[in-house]
Amino acid sequence: MKEELFVSGRNIPNIDPYLHIWHWQIPIYLFLGGLAAGILFLAAVYTILGKDKEMQATVKWAPFIVPFALIIGLFMLFLDLKHKLYFWQLYTTIRLESPMGWGAWVLMIMTPISIIWSASYVREVFPNWDWKFKFLYAFEAWVIKNRWYIAWPMAIYAVILGIYTGILLSAFNARPLWNTTILGPLFLVSGMSTGAASIILMSKNHEERRLIGRLDLLFIAVELFFIVHMIMGFLAGSQVQIDAANLFLGGEFTVPFFVFVILLGLLLPAVLETLELIGFKVPIIIPAILVLLGGLIFRFIMVEAGQVTRYLY
Amino acid sequence: MRYAMAIDTKKCVGCSDCVVACQTENNVPIGFCRDWVTETVDGTYPNVNIELRSERCNHCDNSPCVRCCPTGASHFEDGGIVLVTHNKCIGCGACIESCPYEARYSHPDGYVDKCTFCIHRVRKGENPACVSVCPTSCMYFGDLDDPNSEIVNVLKNRKFNALAPEAGTKPNIFYLT
Ligand code: SF4
Ligand code: SF4
Repeated sequence: MKEELFVSGRNIPNIDPYLHIWHWQIPIYLFLGGLAAGILFLAAVYTILGKDKEMQATVKWAPFIVPFALIIGLFMLFLDLKHKLYFWQLYTTIRLESPMGWGAWVLMIMTPISIIWSASYVREVFPNWDWKFKFLYAFEAWVIKNRWYIAWPMAIYAVILGIYTGILLSAFNARPLWNTTILGPLFLVSGMSTGAASIILMSKNHEERRLIGRLDLLFIAVELFFIVHMIMGFLAGSQVQIDAANLFLGGEFTVPFFVFVILLGLLLPAVLETLELIGFKVPIIIPAILVLLGGLIFRFIMVEAGQVTRYLY
Repeated sequence: MRYAMAIDTKKCVGCSDCVVACQTENNVPIGFCRDWVTETVDGTYPNVNIELRSERCNHCDNSPCVRCCPTGASHFEDGGIVLVTHNKCIGCGACIESCPYEARYSHPDGYVDKCTFCIHRVRKGENPACVSVCPTSCMYFGDLDDPNSEIVNVLKNRKFNALAPEAGTKPNIFYLT
């Protein structure tokens, strides 16, 4: 039997008995980043495919959420900083080794792209919109003409952004639950899925909803596969990783994880979407909302549970 | 130059003088600490082994905290001492998450703080406060690159281990066993 205890010193707020350095802001930041990545990726892909007439919500309406999501996301990150007045130094340094650093830069690049994208559709939503300045009209015309070319880098950046939301966590070797490369792809598909869900919520076109719904089913299937893969990987890993997996397999996060993430966030929406596909009448907003909530809760659980896992003590 | 510390777990009595000395020397706010003492009890009576360890930042060679810092606030000083520049730190907490030894904490003033190996004393040629105050003289501080230093000598003649070497950080605090 081995027992370890502190003789003196350690009872530090937010460090002992387990870390609580990242609070509710970080899961929201990751959720909004993933959502934005999902919407922009789908918008870019359907623009590249030349389907912008059929997929109005995907290409035009849903991207309007993105600038808000990204700005609120960055604000969340800001809220969780403890030395807020020094925030600007995030943008006076480029350190590619630091996921926190390059993530902040990716968001900084994504936000203007998404604003420009949505701005080029503003006059379709508000026909009376006036850009006031001539050069803005010229710029708008240029963007509209070159949408197809803008869509390519946008798709690539969206994938980077989606993967980044996972890498921010997976780069930490010291938190065994996060330290798996599958987290990047997992958060990416999860983000795609939440993006698809918000498009479904905004779309008025039955055909578009069906198509995105079918895509969402695929995302959910891949996500489930990645989750199983992640847990299997942990169980085949070192002791600290086995302990991490056990948080979900009988440990303190088992119920929230299986009930809210797996059951309500993935399996139920998948069943409902399948029923809808084979012809049953299911109000499509139910699976869409479940997917969104599931994605949000998944990130909360991953951030909380990861901070419980550690090497010592 | 590569600064390191060797701590004799056979001599340590767990008095925690090092903890108090550090708190005083470095003005550590109440309720926080840069070093601490742990006790590991192994086995069942009558075959028990107790190990006392004074622990702190390991000033790792391959330090994840320096790598993940977005602003460069966490950095290496001469001799491999890992330091946080307070007015460059934005308090993002990434380095706290990245340290497998939980050696960092968020200072009430916002920045991240941790053991500095008392760099202000070391530069004057003195030992860190914890080392110089230890009543059993169980800590050795010195330069691993200097073949004549006391620490190299003691590491040559004694068995030692480091904490969580599997975390891959290449720690520089060695525990003589
Ligand atoms: S012990 Fe932790 S804080 Fe110190 S250098 Fe290593 S990783 Fe960084
Ligand atoms: S909290 Fe400060 S020292 Fe730590 S990673 Fe962030 S900016 Fe760097």
